[in-house]
Amino acid sequence: MSDKNMPTWEVFLQPKTGAPFQHAGNIHATDEEMALQNAREIYTRRQEGTCIWVVKTEDIVSSNPDDQESFFDPANDKLYRYPTFFKVSKKAKGL
Amino acid sequence: MSADNEIIFQKKIDSGLKIEPKDWMPDKYRKHLIRQISQHAHSEIIGMQPEGNWITRAPSLRAKMVLIAKVQDEAGHGLYLYSATETLGITRNELIEQLQSGKAKYSSIFNYPTLTWADIGAIGWLVDGAAIVNQQSLRGTSFGPYSRAMVRICKEESFHQRQGYEIMSKMSNGTPEQHEMAQDALNRWWWPSLMMFGPHDADSSHTSNAMKWKIKRETNDDLRQLFIDRTVKQADLIGLEIPDPDLKWNPETKHYDFGKIDWEEFWEVVNGNGFCNKERINNHISSHEEGQWVREAALAYAEKTQNGVENE
Amino acid sequence: MTKELLYKYVLALGDDALIIGQRLSQWAYKGPFLEEDIALSNISLDMFGRANLFLEYAATLKGDGATADELAFKRNEREFCNHILCEQPNGNFADTMVRQFFLDAFNKLFLQKLIESKDEQLSAIAQKSIKETTYHLRHSSKWIIRLGDGTAESHAKVQSAINNLWMFTDELFESNKIDHEMVKQKIGVDCSLIKVEWDKIIDEVLSEATLSRPENSNMLSGGRAGIHTEHLGHLLSDMQYLQRAYPDAKW
Ligand SMILES: [Fe+2]
Ligand SMILES: [Fe+2]
Repeated sequence: MSDKNMPTWEVFLQPKTGAPFQHAGNIHATDEEMALQNAREIYTRRQEGTCIWVVKTEDIVSSNPDDQESFFDPANDKLYRYPTFFKVSKKAKGL
Repeated sequence: MSADNEIIFQKKIDSGLKIEPKDWMPDKYRKHLIRQISQHAHSEIIGMQPEGNWITRAPSLRAKMVLIAKVQDEAGHGLYLYSATETLGITRNELIEQLQSGKAKYSSIFNYPTLTWADIGAIGWLVDGAAIVNQQSLRGTSFGPYSRAMVRICKEESFHQRQGYEIMSKMSNGTPEQHEMAQDALNRWWWPSLMMFGPHDADSSHTSNAMKWKIKRETNDDLRQLFIDRTVKQADLIGLEIPDPDLKWNPETKHYDFGKIDWEEFWEVVNGNGFCNKERINNHISSHEEGQWVREAALAYAEKTQNGVENE
Repeated sequence: MTKELLYKYVLALGDDALIIGQRLSQWAYKGPFLEEDIALSNISLDMFGRANLFLEYAATLKGDGATADELAFKRNEREFCNHILCEQPNGNFADTMVRQFFLDAFNKLFLQKLIESKDEQLSAIAQKSIKETTYHLRHSSKWIIRLGDGTAESHAKVQSAINNLWMFTDELFESNKIDHEMVKQKIGVDCSLIKVEWDKIIDEVLSEATLSRPENSNMLSGGRAGIHTEHLGHLLSDMQYLQRAYPDAKW
């Protein structure tokens, strides 16, 4: 009998409390508790995290490389979103 | 269309950008990656066996914990690399199937037997040492998931070589019997370690594409030389002699010259005729088969309970 | 007198951790899948770490320059006083998980009490270990549930493991002269008091796993007095081989 695949889950770690979660990699697991435990065993052996998120890989919605131009290029001419766009007298403090 | 894609793809590579799983890539690039990364993964996994052979016999509590942690790391490395391969559209089960059927290879070094405790030292020092040279170079590989796995692996590897060298150093400076075991282990593992870098570049069929696509960043011969240059002094420092009468510092090239590698032995082992080829694969198959009812039970439970959450 | 008893008390705790650690380490590269292989190694590492703490403490109590390694690698079968359950062979994955589940549940309750020990060292070791064991119990009890409520095959395997290992569980709650003295001095744990709680944990998990609890017949004990099953001798001859073969060597 051929083996059924165990689903993969993506693992996100919070390196320290208050920090944003970062993608660490993935693991195979059959249920939520196993996914959490496997993520703990594989990705935090050297205290890499203080909190773990796991989510089934198939539940992740991702943009495509083809979307890249239409998604992200429109933001490249909007320099007014950055503080350096504005010229302010050096004498004005606290801005 | 495909020609255009190929030009864009090569431009990306030439300018040092990473290729991600969903990006367009030539079929040959994908195939080459699947072959190389899975071979790398299988090596980590099969590599657990020769060292695992000594876990229950490690001679102190400290040595035992260090060795378990090391073998466990190798399992982790195999796992990271399987993950990276899976992003290319192949499942872990298919990869395991390729390993067990002999379709996929793993590093031949792991077909040599670990006969004494000094072999555990020699593996950490030489085999992990050689692997690290290779892996450090691969951090710059062009495929994103492979490169990221390498960064993580290199961080974890840093203690592996040290623990091996520590064992060798303790034994070389221990009782006469221990010293003899250490020298014997070096004698047996030296040449196979040099073979780990693969055939000479002139004889390697895969090198040119791999270099063009920046999957490989340095040639087999360059990496091998780097490893030898590093290791000679380390052996000296702990009173062990490298088993190569032709080994000599060359002041012109600023590298060590070394003797002829026995490529016949290499190909014999690659082709299945080493000391442990059959055993390694049989062990893998039997653990995998023995685990099948466990995996099936976990899948059945998850289905019944919707991911293990009791629906009451 | 107390020091001698305390030494023996600590030594037994060290032996429990050492022997189960050794058993779990035999799973390396043989796990049912990669992630679980790594998980079993993690538990094994926790147990060796704990063995090291207990045996180091025992060695200082023993004096005469004794070391933890000497205690681990230079004693004979009859001098080991671990619970017999710890030395039982790994068998299949269900056998290992049931053994672990019984021990984890016991250790959790035991360590909770040991934290209150008047002996500062023991209390400190217990405080560190309880965190590990809380996780181990979560891991093993979930596996009992998965296997019990998984397929017919896994259900049969885990039930048979429970039936086979049950006879070693009573020993965990027995007290000998050393235990009595240690309890009297508020150093040790009165194990008879944690049996009720243990039963509760076992019953809850078994019921969720659709498994049943065997009758309390034919219970075996003797580990604390150095009486063991034949399995221990083989485990030791493997584990102690290098230290015995090269008595003058340092590793
Ligand atoms: Fe590795
Ligand atoms: Fe390594």
